[in-house]
Amino acid sequence: MAGAAIAAAGGSAPGDRVEWRLAAPLGLTYLVFFAAPFAILLGISFYADAEQTRLGLDSWTKFYGDAFYLKVIFDTLKLGLFAVAATTLLAYPLALVFRASGPKLQRLLIFIILMPLLTSVVIRTFAWIVILAREGVVNQTLMGLGLTAAPLNLLQTELGLVIALTQIEMPLMLLPLLTIMNQMDQNLVDASRALGASKWRTFFKVVLPLTLPGWIAGATLVFASATTAFISQSVIGGARLVYLPALIWQQSTVVYNWPFAAVASLTLLFTVLAGIMALGWLGRFAKTN
Amino acid sequence: MQRSTLSDVTYNWIVGLLAGLGILILVAPVIIVIATSFTTSQTLRFPPPDLSLRWYRELFDPVRSAPIHTAAWNSVWVAFVATVVGAVLSVLAALAITRVSRPSARLLEASFLSPLILPSLSYGLAALMFFSVLGIRPSLNLLIAGHLVVIAPFVFRTTLASLTQLDPALLEASANLGASRFYGFRRITLPLIAPGIAAGCFLAFISSMDNVPVSLFLSNARTGMLPIRMWGMMESTLDVRIAAIAGVLILATLLLMIVMDRLTGLTKRMSA
Repeated sequence: MAGAAIAAAGGSAPGDRVEWRLAAPLGLTYLVFFAAPFAILLGISFYADAEQTRLGLDSWTKFYGDAFYLKVIFDTLKLGLFAVAATTLLAYPLALVFRASGPKLQRLLIFIILMPLLTSVVIRTFAWIVILAREGVVNQTLMGLGLTAAPLNLLQTELGLVIALTQIEMPLMLLPLLTIMNQMDQNLVDASRALGASKWRTFFKVVLPLTLPGWIAGATLVFASATTAFISQSVIGGARLVYLPALIWQQSTVVYNWPFAAVASLTLLFTVLAGIMALGWLGRFAKTN
Repeated sequence: MQRSTLSDVTYNWIVGLLAGLGILILVAPVIIVIATSFTTSQTLRFPPPDLSLRWYRELFDPVRSAPIHTAAWNSVWVAFVATVVGAVLSVLAALAITRVSRPSARLLEASFLSPLILPSLSYGLAALMFFSVLGIRPSLNLLIAGHLVVIAPFVFRTTLASLTQLDPALLEASANLGASRFYGFRRITLPLIAPGIAAGCFLAFISSMDNVPVSLFLSNARTGMLPIRMWGMMESTLDVRIAAIAGVLILATLLLMIVMDRLTGLTKRMSA
């Protein structure tokens, strides 16, 4: 099919209309299987009751009028921000070390950085259960050192979840950061140092602004992924910590209240988009200053 | 001068320490899972008391692990078909986008990439509602359609990146020498963008194999998918077979990565 379309364009001047046709198959697929489902989702959110008999804004007012659901939105946003902060704290030093090392060490570091990508998100989540469980590595080490008498409860806590998400989402932060770190002009760093700036000052005044676009790309991916990481959230966070994905799952497949699940689902969509837009705005703001 | 040296020393220490912690946190879970998969124990205790292939035997047992095998083959089939179809559609779309330089092309580009950042969990629920409103019963074909949308952007993005690096003079030269546009595509464009397409297909395949948010809503007991099955195993009893599945998947991904590297390396040499 590709051949036919391109061959048809041959000979004549490259007409835009013919070229556009090449985008049509993917465009139509998206229209049917991506845009239409979201339209249906939006439509169903305007049913007032679970049986979908009456139209109305009841599902929306019920969701946004309840302090419990507002706290779920807040907790989801907070989890995303914590994940971004934790991955940033570890990814920047790693990227700096990567930049400073020789080619041999760089190859080893690349292998280490890509290692989590060899395992799926579900397996990474599973690994953290093995690590954080009552008889897990962390508790055995702490008890072996005599730091704690009884095993700590690390699973089903927000701290445990943030630690696990840090590793699970880290590659998303590291890859764009490493790329931009390698493109950075070393002369600018050298100049800052030669003019007497300390390493800290050089980092905050030269390295950070130059690598900000990479950080924003990474932070966007980490935020979007951590806020929607249903399996990590439900398995490590447990039933006590409720985030938007678990709420969507529960309302749609356990309670069978589709209009309400649709509202929660659209809320997740808006939350992620708001986070991404805020990060993009931060990038433009930093550029103009 | 003295003070700045002191601050530089603390800088080196803090950066080194955090980087070390980063490496530990990246590597430890993978090693722990692999080690656990060889345990003799009934539980996930780490370090394992003794090593054996007990859980791999259990995993490959055709009777006791039948649901896992079905789910694994379903996952591979869905990933394969979604990647192939997604790749063809994405390459065509990428060709269109690079050749048209109107602002609307940028808009189209952004919408083709949007599944990468929009929460796919929202999409999963939307797809479930869409298919049930249409009255279509759950099947592997629905999963293929759902996965296709979420993974096509991977191929689209890498193909677009290779196309923008392509020197237009090459195609002009071929056209000036009387080659048809299809000939130019087949002999010049395609070999040069092949590594990009291959890399995108690799990412797309892996991400379909790992996909949770779409499979969560579109799969059922009959059309089980591997990640969902594993989630079920984690929620109920902490089955050590999960560690064995992890071991197999890590090995498979590693092999796929090596093959990928060989293939794209090969294409690079062929096109040189």
